[in-house]
Amino acid sequence: MKTKLLTALLLGTSILGTTGMALAEDVTLNIESWRGDDLTIWKDKLIPAFEAKNPGIKVVFAPSAPTEYDAALGAKLAAGSAGDLITCRPFDKSLELFKKGNLADISSLPGMDNFSPVAKAAWQTDDGKSSFCVPMASVIHGFIYNKDAFEKLGLKVPTTRDEFFAVLDKIKADGTYIPMAMGTKDLWEAATMGYQNIGPNYWKGEEGRQALIKGEQKLTDPQWVEPYKELAKWKPYLGDGFEAQTYPDSQNLFTLGRAAIYPAGSWEIGLFNTQAQFKMGAFPPPVQKAGDTCYISDHTDIGMGLNAASKHPEEAKKFLSWVASPDFATIYANALPGFFSLNSTPVKMEDPLAQEFVSWRGKCKSTIRSTYQILSRGTPNLENETWVESANVINGTDTPEAAAKKLQDGLDSWYKPAK
Amino acid sequence: MDTETMAAETRAKRPIRWHVGVFLAPAVLVYTAFMILPLFGTLQLSLFRNIEQSQVFVGLGNFRTLFGDPNWSVNFWNALRNNVWFFIIHMLVQNPIGILLAALLSSPRLRFTAFYRTAIFVPTILSFVIVGFAWKLILSPIWGVAPHLMDFVGLKSFFTPWLGKEQYALTALSLVSVWQFVGIPMMLIYAALLSIPDEVIEAAECDGVTGMAQFWKIKLPLILPSIGIISILTFVGNFNAFDLIYTAQGALAGPNYSTDILGTFLYRAFFGFQLQVGDPNMGAAIATIMFLIILAGVCVYLFLVQTRLRRYQF
Repeated sequence: MKTKLLTALLLGTSILGTTGMALAEDVTLNIESWRGDDLTIWKDKLIPAFEAKNPGIKVVFAPSAPTEYDAALGAKLAAGSAGDLITCRPFDKSLELFKKGNLADISSLPGMDNFSPVAKAAWQTDDGKSSFCVPMASVIHGFIYNKDAFEKLGLKVPTTRDEFFAVLDKIKADGTYIPMAMGTKDLWEAATMGYQNIGPNYWKGEEGRQALIKGEQKLTDPQWVEPYKELAKWKPYLGDGFEAQTYPDSQNLFTLGRAAIYPAGSWEIGLFNTQAQFKMGAFPPPVQKAGDTCYISDHTDIGMGLNAASKHPEEAKKFLSWVASPDFATIYANALPGFFSLNSTPVKMEDPLAQEFVSWRGKCKSTIRSTYQILSRGTPNLENETWVESANVINGTDTPEAAAKKLQDGLDSWYKPAK
Repeated sequence: MDTETMAAETRAKRPIRWHVGVFLAPAVLVYTAFMILPLFGTLQLSLFRNIEQSQVFVGLGNFRTLFGDPNWSVNFWNALRNNVWFFIIHMLVQNPIGILLAALLSSPRLRFTAFYRTAIFVPTILSFVIVGFAWKLILSPIWGVAPHLMDFVGLKSFFTPWLGKEQYALTALSLVSVWQFVGIPMMLIYAALLSIPDEVIEAAECDGVTGMAQFWKIKLPLILPSIGIISILTFVGNFNAFDLIYTAQGALAGPNYSTDILGTFLYRAFFGFQLQVGDPNMGAAIATIMFLIILAGVCVYLFLVQTRLRRYQF
């Protein structure tokens, strides 16, 4: 059934592709992507903007289902029928494609210098010498809060950890709202919105992340255990039965106005804007003392690369250069609030919540999730284990120290950092 | 006519029985293509390992990793333990309830039998996705009906977010699965009860064996073969289970792997999950072990249990 569907899809795309070519003498570029949700944005906004400036090049956005993307792309690349442009997942999945020779080296592409090293890190070889995808967007972690609730209770946006817990105490004492909407049922909330959200302030962002990869720091060091200690303190502020609360439950609790604070990723903005009936604000993870440097998780999520077997590499490179340009960044970031351009040129965005999130880039230092680069290649998988242990710490079934030790032991069992 | 020509004629009448082959062919071909070949493919896959982008023969290396490397073996034994518990709950709850329901249904005094039979059987034909999702909602501490219903009868204090607690999650899910599948033992036993000849029952009544005694002494021994079949079906089904856990708890079978059974363990190993890259060879090794476990269970049943059960048959 699945293969039949796939064959049908493949046939469909190939026929459509060729008829497109036959009708016009133009060069047609196909984009492979898993972002079916973005189809209208590509068709109505991005592609017309590019085609207007580049006559003679037609672009077709051809997404497949997220869960099937990697398998379908692999099959198409092997069969030589994949599109010219390939949307890149971050880190190892794309690195593997590059190593197999499916993605071209685009380190010298005009426009690549619009990006910072952190932005490019997700699509580089481990030594950082070759880049193979243009960074498109990242997501930023922080806390979204219910402005109306804060006004009603006379609360100030917390900037330090003590203020943060004082605010939580007040909301809890008042009793109208659940202080924080988060559950541990789906595990990843605890890790992604919890540990990776507040962690960078402790391990000092890139500094700690790089040191971990180099083996100079361990997950059992205080700066990696402290975030777990803070997570353990969250437990009393979560809703009743948070152990069985799923991710959609948390989203609904917050957008229905029953919870005051939501540990968030910026990708929520689009959904929350349409669902929540109250005003929302956002604040970055609170620091320890007022005036401390703040660190945020600005996680590279999506990029675009060039199929090494493309028949029109020159045109495709032109398109990629455009993707690397501020023009693209402006359209993309405004069409998808919460997916922020990684371009060094600041992008003007209309959405106030998105503006708030992106403004942190100015005052805080950016980093990416600590477990994504290199460290999740072996068994046990560090990212998966971090999900499980973060949930355990919040549930109170593991102490922060025990959780950190388990993670480090797991990592030690296969990861030998280059000395 | 002598016997020789008669024998020759019969021999001539059935030359080659080609129709046997023709009629068997579809089943044999389909079964071979979709069951036997993949089975051997899996066995073969489990003996190789992907080293530097090429498949290398490593003998039993993957099995040594599975049992010798604590990163794998801890998870494997945990999954096996959970799976055994999953099976025990089914045997202790699902099958006795199924037999009880069948006994009640076959009672001639019960009205609306067809309605009850259908109502109890309906969950069995529901999709796992629906069952998993519906029960997740029912048991949800936020929107679920379970806390309210328990509040009604004054049992609110006994409510906990079962699916989120390490000590309860697996048992809760086992019971959901029991709820879903209790119709199957009920139907099989019901059919077995109906097939008991009336003469046997009448003879029992003449001898003064009625009511409960009749059930324990006459009917139960007669339906034992069916109970045996149900046990083995439950065993195979439970050790192949995956869907319910996956839809209700996700591939990581949380909290803290407390609901991880062999099926979910195999899924994560074979297909990978999130940043974990799938390892088809280790996955095949786990699948092979699952196959052997089920094979052993079925053999125990066939050679030890079924041979003894025959005594009770007519």
